[in-house]
Amino acid sequence: MNAPHPAEKSEPPHPLLELWRYFCMNRGALAGLGIVCLLLFLAAFAETIAPHAAAEQYRDAILLPPAWQEGGSSRFILGTDPVGRDILSRLIYGTRLSLLIGIVSVSLSLGIGTVLGLLAGYFRGVTEIAIMRLMDVMLALPSLLLAVAVVAILGPGLINVMYAIGIVLLPHYARLTRAAVIGEMSKDYVLASRLAGAGPLRLMFDCVLPNCTAPLIVQATLGFSAAILDAAALGFLGLGAQPPTPEWGAMLASALEFIQSAWWVVTFPGLVILLSVLAFNLLGDGLRDALDPKLKL
Amino acid sequence: MLGFFLRRAGLVVPTFLGITLLVFSLIHLIPGNAVEALSGERGMDPARYARLMNEFGLDQPLYQQYLQYLWKIMQGDLGRSIITHEPVLGEFLSLFPATLELSCCAMLLALILGLPAGVLAALKRNTLLDYSVMGVSLTGYSMPIFWWALLLILLFSVTLGWTPVSGRIDILFDLPPITGLMLIDSLLSGESGAFKSALSHLILPTIALGTIPLAVIARMTRSAMLEVLREDYVRTARAKGLSRLRVIGIHALRNALIPVITVIGLQVGTLLAGAILTETIFSWPGVGKWLVEAIHRRDYPVVQGGILLTASIVILVNLGVDILYGIINPRIRRSS
Amino acid sequence: MKRQAIQVLFTSLLAILGTSADEALAAKTLVFCSEGSPEGFNPQFFSTGTTNDASSVPIYNRLVEFASGTTNVVPALAESWQESADGLSYTFKLRKGVKFHSNVKFTPTRDFNADDVLFSYYRMADPGHPFHKVTPGQTFAYFEDMGMDKIVDKLEKVDDYTVRFKLKHPEAPFIANLGMDFASILSAEYADKMKSTGTPEVIDREPIGTGAFQFASYQKDAIIRYKAFDAYWNGRPKIDNLVYAITPDAAVRYAKLKAGECHVMAFPKPADIALMKTDPAITLLSQEGLNVGYIAFNVEKKPFDDKRVRQALNMAVDKENILKAVYQGAGQAALNPIPPTLWSYNKKIKDYPYDLAKAKDLMAKAGYKDGIEVDLWYLPVTRPYNPDGKRMAELIQADWAKIGVKAKLVTFEWGEYRKRSKGGEQQSMMFGWSGDNGDPDNFFIPLLGCEAVKGGGNVSRWCNKAFEDLVQKAKTATKQAERAKYYEKAQEIVKEEAPWVPIAHSVRFTPVRKEVIGFKMDPTAHHYFSKVDLSK
Repeated sequence: MNAPHPAEKSEPPHPLLELWRYFCMNRGALAGLGIVCLLLFLAAFAETIAPHAAAEQYRDAILLPPAWQEGGSSRFILGTDPVGRDILSRLIYGTRLSLLIGIVSVSLSLGIGTVLGLLAGYFRGVTEIAIMRLMDVMLALPSLLLAVAVVAILGPGLINVMYAIGIVLLPHYARLTRAAVIGEMSKDYVLASRLAGAGPLRLMFDCVLPNCTAPLIVQATLGFSAAILDAAALGFLGLGAQPPTPEWGAMLASALEFIQSAWWVVTFPGLVILLSVLAFNLLGDGLRDALDPKLKL
Repeated sequence: MLGFFLRRAGLVVPTFLGITLLVFSLIHLIPGNAVEALSGERGMDPARYARLMNEFGLDQPLYQQYLQYLWKIMQGDLGRSIITHEPVLGEFLSLFPATLELSCCAMLLALILGLPAGVLAALKRNTLLDYSVMGVSLTGYSMPIFWWALLLILLFSVTLGWTPVSGRIDILFDLPPITGLMLIDSLLSGESGAFKSALSHLILPTIALGTIPLAVIARMTRSAMLEVLREDYVRTARAKGLSRLRVIGIHALRNALIPVITVIGLQVGTLLAGAILTETIFSWPGVGKWLVEAIHRRDYPVVQGGILLTASIVILVNLGVDILYGIINPRIRRSS
Repeated sequence: MKRQAIQVLFTSLLAILGTSADEALAAKTLVFCSEGSPEGFNPQFFSTGTTNDASSVPIYNRLVEFASGTTNVVPALAESWQESADGLSYTFKLRKGVKFHSNVKFTPTRDFNADDVLFSYYRMADPGHPFHKVTPGQTFAYFEDMGMDKIVDKLEKVDDYTVRFKLKHPEAPFIANLGMDFASILSAEYADKMKSTGTPEVIDREPIGTGAFQFASYQKDAIIRYKAFDAYWNGRPKIDNLVYAITPDAAVRYAKLKAGECHVMAFPKPADIALMKTDPAITLLSQEGLNVGYIAFNVEKKPFDDKRVRQALNMAVDKENILKAVYQGAGQAALNPIPPTLWSYNKKIKDYPYDLAKAKDLMAKAGYKDGIEVDLWYLPVTRPYNPDGKRMAELIQADWAKIGVKAKLVTFEWGEYRKRSKGGEQQSMMFGWSGDNGDPDNFFIPLLGCEAVKGGGNVSRWCNKAFEDLVQKAKTATKQAERAKYYEKAQEIVKEEAPWVPIAHSVRFTPVRKEVIGFKMDPTAHHYFSKVDLSK
């Protein structure tokens, strides 16, 4: 379908280098990468960067506006919340939680989803039907509703939120992997190694899996943004992280009451959620374009 | 055609059964005990416990309980709410129009703005317009909508005072629910000002809920459009000297809309998930708010029934989209 | 058919364009932004203010009631009453010509009489009564908390308009008890009618009372509508419709009040008080509350079975700071279970000092040197005695952490919160009380009495023999000075045993719009609208 690249150089560059070149052409993706790196940095060095501890209550500084506003203090750059905690520090520590939620739930869904997809694609028949029907069932439930239901069963809390989101994201990976496996299995080289006596495990991990890493990586990056967003939504509904955990969504949970009196309590956590989700989406889009132009939306 | 229809419909049955199984197991998965969960009573005496156990059929083997559950569902019996003691199905049906109204308006908004934005972005590819459409839509796509809703309230309701903060209609209007859709009911009631009130209550929730579908549709339309514009027949048509507008309007747009329809189908899930948050923030008396409250209240029969019904709607809409897709695009019909 | 619909649509469109909104709304409708959904519409079952505000206050009457704005007992459905010399018998003369409401299922054929009083009482008192259990899962909790079955021997019908209560022992606050919400009078005729149609539980869902407002409709979690009752015995209300707009979020309530979408709002956030004072469209009423907000320790559970732990945690709470951050200064630190405005308040008692070193020491002595984890339940809703449970919980969590007590914050939806605490599932929990009759008995017995452990009002499940003896004696004593002595002594025991951390008595605020005439705040935190009018 796609025309071969015109005038290929005699020596193709290293594939990773080429990937990076493609990636760099997308300014949005670079910006996304930049923000993600910044988030990682903040998460790693939260203790050093954050001016205050996340749960420390400064009782003489309740609901202080940001430093630049009248009445604000340079001690609390983004102001303080209703019990006198520094909002900036809470946001910085919150980075850690959001990334952690992302990592745990994406690994969970990636791991289980890939295995299920491999099984379905390799064995076909009843196994495939059973697995894929289950995935259909899960996809039929709106993601947040499913997450809410899982939390309703497990009870609120950060760990359970990670499980819930992991479960919600799972079907995408299973579907992707299965499709890739079915596509690859019919190719000649797989047939050849099969005839050469390669066992199913070897076939899957040596031949099939490497060929579907690209879409999986893209999906995992986008999964991060979905995880952050859903975790924040659960936190907002009071089903996620419990106080005093500085989770971004939970910081917004009681924000409605400050809509008239303290705009900073309402604004900053949401802005940070938006920025990080946006960053992961940009990164995912950039990766997709760079890895495989055909996958482009 | 009929064969295709039946095949597709047939695929829905196991999915539906899967969901019933999932919802059925919910009550056994929650920590604590099923009798307390289903009755909402705590610290019962043994006699009452035994009676309720028998009443809920929890003393029977699991597979039998499941079959009974299925049998009840077939008859439209989804149990009763622990709090109100009303049938779950009845509560759902009385609240669903509110969600339907909100979702339809949100989808309408997404289509009205998203389609032209996507088409324009594709036509003006790599211009400032394209970049801004893509930038804005990606931001919309990444938006935590509960926060977005708060900002909208902050700006339009609190600061400017243009729109009401919450609810479906000014409380002074006591309208009999005829269709359950407030926009239509307010017209039918003939009370002056009612329609205007209903409309003004609808604006902010619609924007909040419509943002993500809007972003997705704009992005999808753009890429579908680009794909089609590259196709040979469009180029041929252009080459034949057909006017640009005609080519775009008749050939390109029609073909670009096909994948967009699928996306619309997929957005139903997004809308219902978004409804959970939007309805909670705007006190919109719909299914989403009902479900969240039921979870907070540990009203498990409602949680079970609500999940089952919501999932069924998603399945049915997707089935409809599938079939529609098959009608528009005969290739699919043959290949599947 | 289709044409007709189009015609209707067309004419209504014309109507919209033609007239302005106000003309159609000539009837006087008062909208009250309430803070939550009622648990139900039968006040016999429930004790929360939210529920009573929506059921007993507008819909029902009691034999006696409290004069508006006070806790003085005045005649209501009983015109007069007489106490026997030994204090063991009370005879009530009932009011004649009192009408009950009607609805689609029921039209009363007779006026209120003694049968209704007997029905309402025995439904609660007699476990064998046909209506005792018609609504599954509901118990007469308040009746039990008050120990009414231990007080009343029997209730007799003397004639159609006379009833007599025979008591087992003299009970000083008895008359005041009958003015409380749970003692509302239901219609026996309605009950019979519903029973004959096989749907007895309807009487609890679609209430019929004698009150100023008739129940019209309820949309769960959204709106309750009432209509003025034309035949109300105490004069038809001046407004025509009363609407409760259920709005759990205080900020939204305030926004609605500002926008004129409601006329009166319940429980404002202290943070908004300053703004309300300056708003020209709003009158801000305030009143010293007859209430107490507290943390209760479940003494049946570890580590709170140990008095030293309870005392240590008392010492670790910085009350002044909570008053500032949560109540915004609109309240005072609580020392005793009863507010200082109530007679018998013991001023001589010294509160536990805010002393972390001593608290740590006590914890170590109790064997919790290395700290401990406890659950702290916090209120999910705004209450008159506590404007923000979550914020208070976060402050206390930080306070306790300083002495090594790690509190896990837990909450449930309000109904669930009550249900679970009645069963004693809590370790420590935030709770509170607004008095409903101005008698100290109304705090001690339902909150700390042994009987209330069973009924569930005593959430610290603390049953102390010495305390119980004192408050029981105070009940049967007839002189107020004598009673006060017992109560003062009882307060000393409570302080020493520390089943609670008493936090605050709050000043309550009710913002009303300027067009509202004649609204009075009530010490019980109920909202009464039967005498309120609206100016145009």
